Amino acid sequence: MERNLTLIALFAALIAALGLIPSFTLAFGVPITAQSMGVMLCGTVLGAKRGGLAALLFVVLVALGLPLLAGGRGGLGVFASPTVGFLISFPIGAFVTGLLVEKLRFGSLGVVAAAASVVGGVIVVYIFGVIGMSVVLDKTIPEATLLVTAFIPGDLIKAIAAGAITVALYKARPNSVLSRA
Amino acid sequence: MISLTSPIRTRAHSWRAGPKLLALCVATVVLFSQNSITFHFCVLALIASVYASAGMTFLRFGVRRVWGLWPFVVMVMLWHGITHEIALGGAISLRLLNAVALANLVTLTTKLSDMIKVIRFLTTPLRRFGLSTQQLELGIALVVRFTPVLTEKGSHLSDAWRARSPKRPKWHIVVPFAVLAIDDAEYVAEAIKARGGIQNKN
Repeated sequence: MERNLTLIALFAALIAALGLIPSFTLAFGVPITAQSMGVMLCGTVLGAKRGGLAALLFVVLVALGLPLLAGGRGGLGVFASPTVGFLISFPIGAFVTGLLVEKLRFGSLGVVAAAASVVGGVIVVYIFGVIGMSVVLDKTIPEATLLVTAFIPGDLIKAIAAGAITVALYKARPNSVLSRA
Repeated sequence: MISLTSPIRTRAHSWRAGPKLLALCVATVVLFSQNSITFHFCVLALIASVYASAGMTFLRFGVRRVWGLWPFVVMVMLWHGITHEIALGGAISLRLLNAVALANLVTLTTKLSDMIKVIRFLTTPLRRFGLSTQQLELGIALVVRFTPVLTEKGSHLSDAWRARSPKRPKWHIVVPFAVLAIDDAEYVAEAIKARGGIQNKN
C-alpha cells in the first residue's frame, strides 16, 4: 500500500516537474511543454487505476492553489479558464491510457504505450478540452476544435515520446512499470 | 513549496474557505448565465475595486494572474470582429476575465491548510462508509514535499547535460528524471513502512 501511494504521489509530482522543462516550439510556432506527457506516463507506467489517481491528485493540488501547471499557473482561476476541459480530462486520460496498456498485451510495449497515449492522452484529453473551450468561450464544438488543432501535432509527438520513455523505464526498472506487472 | 496564497493580508484571508468556495460557485453560475456586456463591465469594475481595496500591490498581483488570458481575449475579439459581433465578443472576454479573477481572488486569500480542511470535509461521506482518507492527505503532503525535490533533481540533470554538451537539454533528460522519481518513490515507501506504515483508520 505504501508503495502504491508513494508512486501515485511521485507521479503527480512528476507531472508538475515536467512542466518546468523548457518548452520547444514546433515549426509553425506553437509552443509545447512536457506536462501532458506526464499524464500519459502516469497511465503507461502506473496503469489505469494508479495512473488515474496520480493525475487526479495533481488536479486536486492545482485546485487547492499550488502553482503546479506550466508557467507557474494554478489555483481555482484555471478552472474558470478556457483550458479547464484539458485539466479535468487529465485523470480520465491517464486512466484510459493505463487501461489500454494493461489490456493490450500483444506487440511491443513501446508501440502499445504510444498508441494508448494517443487514445487516452490525446483523443480523450482533446474531447474534454474542446468541450471546455466551447463552454467557456461560447463557441460551437467545430469552432472550438478549430482553435486547438495547432496543438495536436505536438501532442502526437509527446505520445510517441511517452511510448519510448515507457520502454526505457521498463528496461531500467521493470518492477516499477506497474501497468505490465 | 510555495502556494499561490497572497502574503498581503486582506479581510478575506480571515473568512472561512467553505463559504468562499460556495460563493464562488454561485457567482460563476451567475456570470455564465449573463451575456450583457454592460453587466460584465460593471462586474469587472466591482472585482477591480475589491482587489484595489487591499492595496495597489494586491491589484497589480491580481492583474498579473489574469494577464495570461490575453491570447484567448485577442482570439475571441478577432473571431467576433470577423463575424461582426463585437459586443458579444466583448461580453465573452469580460466574462472570462471576471470568472478567472474571482476564482483567483479565492485562491489568493485562502491558505493551503484551509483548502485541505475543505477537502477533508468533502470526503466525510467516504469516512462514514469506512473508507480511509488518510492516504489522500498523506498523498497531498508527499506531492507538496516532492515537487521541489524533483525539480531540484531535474535542474541537476540539466546542469550535468550542459557540462557535457553545447546543446540545451530538452527531452533527453526525461528518462533519467523518471528513473530518479521512481527510485525516490521506492525509498519513501520503504521509509513509511519502516515507520509503521499506513494505518487503515479513519
